[in-house]
Amino acid sequence: MKSLVIARLTFMEAARRRILLAAVVLGLAFLGVFALGFNYIIRDLSESYNGQPPLLIRDQIVNFLSMAGLYVVNFLTIMLSVLTSVDTVAGEISTGTIQTIITKPIRRWEVLVGKWIGFTGLLSLYVLLMAGGLLAIVVLRVDQSIPNVWLGMTLIWLNGLLMLTVSLWGGAFLSTLANGVMVFGLFGVAFVGGWIEQIGALLENQAAINIGIVTSLMMPTEALWKRAAFEMQPQLVSSFGFSPFTSGQSTPSPLMVWYALAYIAVFLALAVHTFSRRDI
Amino acid sequence: MSANYVIETHRLGKDYGNKTAVADLSITVKRGEVFGFLGPNGAGKTTSVKMLLGLVSPSRGEGRMLGRRLGEPSARRETGFLPEHFRFHGWLSGSEFLQLHGDLHGVTRRRLAPRIPELLELVGLEDAGDKKLRAYSKGMLQRIGLAQALLNEPELIILDEPTSGLDPLGRRLVRDIIADLRSLGKTVFINSHLLSEIEVTCDRVAFIKQGSIVRTVDLRGAQEEVSTVIIRARPVNAEILAALAQWSSDARVDGDRILLTLNKHGDVAEINRFLVNAGVDVYGLHQERTSLEDLFIQIMGIGSLS
Repeated sequence: MKSLVIARLTFMEAARRRILLAAVVLGLAFLGVFALGFNYIIRDLSESYNGQPPLLIRDQIVNFLSMAGLYVVNFLTIMLSVLTSVDTVAGEISTGTIQTIITKPIRRWEVLVGKWIGFTGLLSLYVLLMAGGLLAIVVLRVDQSIPNVWLGMTLIWLNGLLMLTVSLWGGAFLSTLANGVMVFGLFGVAFVGGWIEQIGALLENQAAINIGIVTSLMMPTEALWKRAAFEMQPQLVSSFGFSPFTSGQSTPSPLMVWYALAYIAVFLALAVHTFSRRDI
Repeated sequence: MSANYVIETHRLGKDYGNKTAVADLSITVKRGEVFGFLGPNGAGKTTSVKMLLGLVSPSRGEGRMLGRRLGEPSARRETGFLPEHFRFHGWLSGSEFLQLHGDLHGVTRRRLAPRIPELLELVGLEDAGDKKLRAYSKGMLQRIGLAQALLNEPELIILDEPTSGLDPLGRRLVRDIIADLRSLGKTVFINSHLLSEIEVTCDRVAFIKQGSIVRTVDLRGAQEEVSTVIIRARPVNAEILAALAQWSSDARVDGDRILLTLNKHGDVAEINRFLVNAGVDVYGLHQERTSLEDLFIQIMGIGSLS
């Protein structure tokens, strides 16, 4: 299948242009800083309670730190997804690189899907390294499991896919810059909507909650993140504690995951459609 | 649609908004010929090529390439193409670049393995196969681009301005490759504004002006169609000159000579007979092929060679 040739090319390009290297080196630096900080905080916590911190306090602190770390990973994943893919279609059209590719006996959708597969591979490795590494540090240090880690990681991964797919779609008809503005703008709307909903839920303000629901339909990244944070929250914290990343009334429904999957499918189809019709 | 034609288009056209890039492209390219596509900048040459290759979808008309409808991937299976403004992935080495494009063509690795060094040698890049494309000069890129267009041993090779970035040696190389391809029975379609290149390589040329094909000329066939005739004769008056109009639209007197370009009814023997019968003494009658440049100016009008 020709898509796999393009997927390999896309992946190779990320490796050759040192995108992969930069992501891994800085990712490891991030994990190193996190591990150090986490280690000292847990040690201090333990010492201040003579080795026996109350469970709720300990769970809450561990949960807060790991979710804060994952929040950054989630954000970095989204950035990486957009930055790697924002120029791939628009840029190759404007430089003409695409001309020798799509004049081969290949269909346009095979090119676009190939790129999508290639970037998805890159993204998967990144999420595995960053979210997997961070959760491993937490689990190993406190010697206690975190619920639903694989589901949580999958949701962060889906966030990357959402952004990647929208940015491929934008690249099929916008210039690189316009595409970047569009994709990050959409992310910004989802981001601010998500926090308005969060605060609205705390204040029990229905209008604020509705704003969040609408924005998460426009771009489900924040909803997926909140669902991930909710899934990975220990029972004790859910029942009695508090976390800035989740709150009972505004936890997105599991249906949001299906919505995100449909969203990805629709935008991938739109991207293929737009790219196939474009004069180059 | 005939099997003898590798490219066949009928009233193909393309509009961008209300601007017409190609008005009426009706051409036939025969199997085994080297076909030149000539026209001033902005006449619609590149858009025409893009329609053939499915880069641009036509606004109207229809066409076939190698028996397949334009735009179908299978029409490009046995086609090689070098775009005018090519840019390749600079982080690939020459060999990797050919490998990639061979894969995209669906050439098996087994066929590709011996083919890549062969092609590198053909275009004179045998020592540059491991070098990254970003370190290639413009001429080297054009050569590797040409190798890329030949990877799948295509039946039809479409070259958009193939010699524009090349030095004289490179041009010679391209000319030799085209001659080789012709001797192998391949069809070559060349888009160019370099008339001297076209003149030595092409069998037939089509002239495109403001988006329409205005004339197709056979450069290898009957000379009459593209001949300039120089007649030394006395006496010549306006009446005689006017009578010559039936064979030429541009008969003129230059000193003691009459110069004219034969039109398609032109016949030197007939002109001679006419002159003698009209009582004109003919001292010399010389027919030579009109240079492509003269033909170009004649067709496009003065001012087109800017």
